[in-house]
Amino acid sequence: MEIEPGDYVEVKSEKGIFRGILMPRHEFSDEKIVILKLDNGYNIGLVPQEIKLIRKGGERKKRERKASRKKDGLPWISVIGTGGTIASYVDYKTGAVHPALTAEDLVFSVPEIEDEANIRASILFNILSEDMKPEYWVKLARKVKEELKKSEGVVIPHGTDTMGYSSAALSFMFPSLSGPVVFVGAQRSSDRPSSDAYMNLISAVKVAKSDMGEVTVVMHGTTSDDHCVIHRGTRVRKMHTSRRDAFKSVNSQPLGMVKGDDVVFYQDYKRKSEETILQDKMDEKVALIYYYPGLREEMLEKMLEGMHGAIIMGTGLGHVGNHVIPVLKEFIRDGGIVGMSSQCLYGRVNLNVYSTGRKLRKIGIVPLEDMLPETAYIKLMWLLGNYEREGAEKLLAKDLRGEISPRRMITW
Amino acid sequence: MVKCGLEIHQQLNTKKLFCDCDSELSDEVLYTFERVLRPTQSELGEIDKAALEESMKKRRFVYQVTPNSCLVEADEEPPHQLNRNALEIALKVALMLHAKIVDEIHVMRKIVIDGSNTSGFQRTTLIAVDGYLDTSFGRVRIPTICLEEEAARKIEEKEGAVVYRLDRLGIPLIEISTSPDMKSGEEVKEVAERIGYILRATKRVRRGVGTIRQDINISTGQGRVEIKGASRLNMIPRWVNNEIERQEMLKEIAEILKKRDAKVDERIYELTDIFRETNSKIIKNVLRKGGKVLGLKLVGFKGVLKQGKYRLGRELAENVRVLGVKGLFHGDELPAYGISQDEVERVKELMHLSKDDSFVLIAEKEERARIALQKVIERAKKALLGVPDETRAPKDDGTTTYLRPLPGEARMYPETDIPPIKIEEEYVERLKKELPPMPEERLEKLVSLGINRELGWQLIREGNDDLFEELVKKYGYPTLVARALINGCEGIDYHRIFHLFSQGKFSKEAIDEIIARVCNGEELESVVLQFQKTVDVDKLIEKIIEEKRELIEERGMHAFKPLMGLVMKELRGRVDGKIVSEKLKKKLEELIS
Repeated sequence: MEIEPGDYVEVKSEKGIFRGILMPRHEFSDEKIVILKLDNGYNIGLVPQEIKLIRKGGERKKRERKASRKKDGLPWISVIGTGGTIASYVDYKTGAVHPALTAEDLVFSVPEIEDEANIRASILFNILSEDMKPEYWVKLARKVKEELKKSEGVVIPHGTDTMGYSSAALSFMFPSLSGPVVFVGAQRSSDRPSSDAYMNLISAVKVAKSDMGEVTVVMHGTTSDDHCVIHRGTRVRKMHTSRRDAFKSVNSQPLGMVKGDDVVFYQDYKRKSEETILQDKMDEKVALIYYYPGLREEMLEKMLEGMHGAIIMGTGLGHVGNHVIPVLKEFIRDGGIVGMSSQCLYGRVNLNVYSTGRKLRKIGIVPLEDMLPETAYIKLMWLLGNYEREGAEKLLAKDLRGEISPRRMITW
Repeated sequence: MVKCGLEIHQQLNTKKLFCDCDSELSDEVLYTFERVLRPTQSELGEIDKAALEESMKKRRFVYQVTPNSCLVEADEEPPHQLNRNALEIALKVALMLHAKIVDEIHVMRKIVIDGSNTSGFQRTTLIAVDGYLDTSFGRVRIPTICLEEEAARKIEEKEGAVVYRLDRLGIPLIEISTSPDMKSGEEVKEVAERIGYILRATKRVRRGVGTIRQDINISTGQGRVEIKGASRLNMIPRWVNNEIERQEMLKEIAEILKKRDAKVDERIYELTDIFRETNSKIIKNVLRKGGKVLGLKLVGFKGVLKQGKYRLGRELAENVRVLGVKGLFHGDELPAYGISQDEVERVKELMHLSKDDSFVLIAEKEERARIALQKVIERAKKALLGVPDETRAPKDDGTTTYLRPLPGEARMYPETDIPPIKIEEEYVERLKKELPPMPEERLEKLVSLGINRELGWQLIREGNDDLFEELVKKYGYPTLVARALINGCEGIDYHRIFHLFSQGKFSKEAIDEIIARVCNGEELESVVLQFQKTVDVDKLIEKIIEEKRELIEERGMHAFKPLMGLVMKELRGRVDGKIVSEKLKKKLEELIS
């Protein structure tokens, strides 16, 4: 009988005879090595001389799951699974890490959620955050619209790497929402006791029950398990590779926070409407270009080739080297739209202060105020998908979903 | 049939295991943050028993950040590569214990949710198997040697929160586990001591309080108990032997209960009304704060709770004390503590107790009282069976107290953030050649240098054997050097002391006091000055004059200058030149006239 991972085996090696469960290969393991999970729980790698089957591995024990009962008086909230750390878990038997848990599993692992709402869980896709594509945003938005017909709000567990892009995409796609759309992620996977997934998820559900008609991201506010922050979908950015409080509202105060049972809003927000309106067309022919010393004309030309628009992450107040200005000029002359944001992220661009800026203005580059580059990129895709060129250009620097603000105080 | 096993944890003197922080303790708190931990489903889809009990306490954890802790300890950054120096030390220890190194190392996560690890798990890796140690009682097998990260340091336990400091979290730790091959406390002590010698022989282990810890497993044929943190070697025999007695007692109690067909009635009685007018201060306090008195009937338990050598009541109290509940009373100890005979009778009446029955009362806030009584029910049921598996803490009086249930087995899963490490055969062969001498060999060497075995063991125990060897080879006086090192302290310049001694700056007799005073913070040179041998200047002058008679006859008083130089050279500044010059002048004048 063939021996496969999961089977209980006896391995003879130079180091002695060992019994345990045969584990799947580790991608970084030496080729000669087999991995054994010993009875004491430890995994070790051995160079086997002989492997003997003791007994076949049984089927994985099904997790017991109470069927959740509908509770009267609690609102319905939809949870749409998309993958990512918040949904990742380890298959304990084989030791393999799986990127996804079912949405039901996720809810089941946070039983407190059932005291908050009746949950309608589904899995839309199961991808790593970095594999996100514009076409998935369209699918996700359509699913949200469908769920909002039945639920008061939607929670979307999402990988954190591109969560800010997705929240911006859905922000623009829904000019009007009949309930909150709340993205939530985790920086520590939910199979860890220290995971931030639980607090983030329960806070997200609380926000999804509110009267908000916006797309938001709910994540830890600090390194402590103290409160979660509600970020506007067009203003939020992942600002740290690994910390729990990686998500920050940039150039804007957060919308509010969730602490314990309380959802507190710091500023005015859009209330939910009677109707959900979806404008889900996206023109993917938009480039997001980081300017840096050394970016040559022909490289920029390549990046712009075939594009309908581009967002530049310029230096400082919104500049690029004078040598590439002719390339941009030609692109605009041929009908392309170019918006200027700043790689500083914090602060507003201004093309009037320096001569380079004035030149850029003159060739028709649109300064994008204090909008995040990624948000601007999404916005331009959406504008080009739903408006004529002229309309798109006009709306690019106009505030549609709270992505631009006219004033910024010194205190925030 | 007594079976004892040992688990020894020793901190290593390298950087931390999974980051670049220094392995040291710190009192500098820069920042604090708070977390909660949740039990997660184990690999079998069950929640770990020990994990569940911790979460029942619903505690928050406060973490103090010190200069030697970074984002890794804060669980805000993935672990870095495993520290190779620590691995090398651990592998050497494994080889000294005749263990076999595994071919590839896999780091695991061991679930621990008492807050002592910010992540909720301890990273640990099995590096070697199947070693042994020979002792005067026979061979003790060592099935596993692990390298793991140290837990955070508990600073204080407050209402609903535990404070930990991150200085200790992540310090590399070798864990050596023996088979249950030992039969007495004395044997356990010897094994702990010998393993300690081997660890210190590497010269790369941390020293000082808390840097080595022993856990002892004891089974007397039924159940298994782990005494956690039994660090004082001299106390080990008492802890072990008392635990053996405790287990024998529990087995006898189980026999009695079986004969009586004892059982635990799970009904919880509301007894608050009986105690409205009580004189018991504890109960009065609880009632004033809105608490209640709840009770439980223990059918057939009379006399085993507290009578003669039987002490099951203490076990029950210890089990609820870990939940922070102190107001537990039982039938065998009442009336007492202000609880009257009348109140006891009313309780008995309400519960319909028969002559062999007893009861437990808990005065607390209702929710806590109910949780605590569930715990009592659980523990009392286990008493019917004998010795329950549990983790116990050692106490200074030689006894132990209940800490928590033994953690289950199913609580380990792979640390996916750290790739496996292949251990090449050539590397192991190289390490074998670099192994430090075993303590026994080392002792023979020290004895050959001229000290007795007892002094030799003391030097090895304190890790001063290398310094001893250096000093003796340079300056001789083996016993003197050994005594100095044993009586002395760390961080003083023994080389300088023995250099001065060999120059005759002070006598043998002065050495103990000189070292004591230097350890006390006095400066070596100034202490030594006070211990200079008294010099007989007159005698020295006479000697020099005798030697240089020719010179004096030739040059008369003009010989003074060269003679003065010679005398001062001999004295090396120990005597004031003015005195010397006067004395020399006088002698010369006598001689010439």
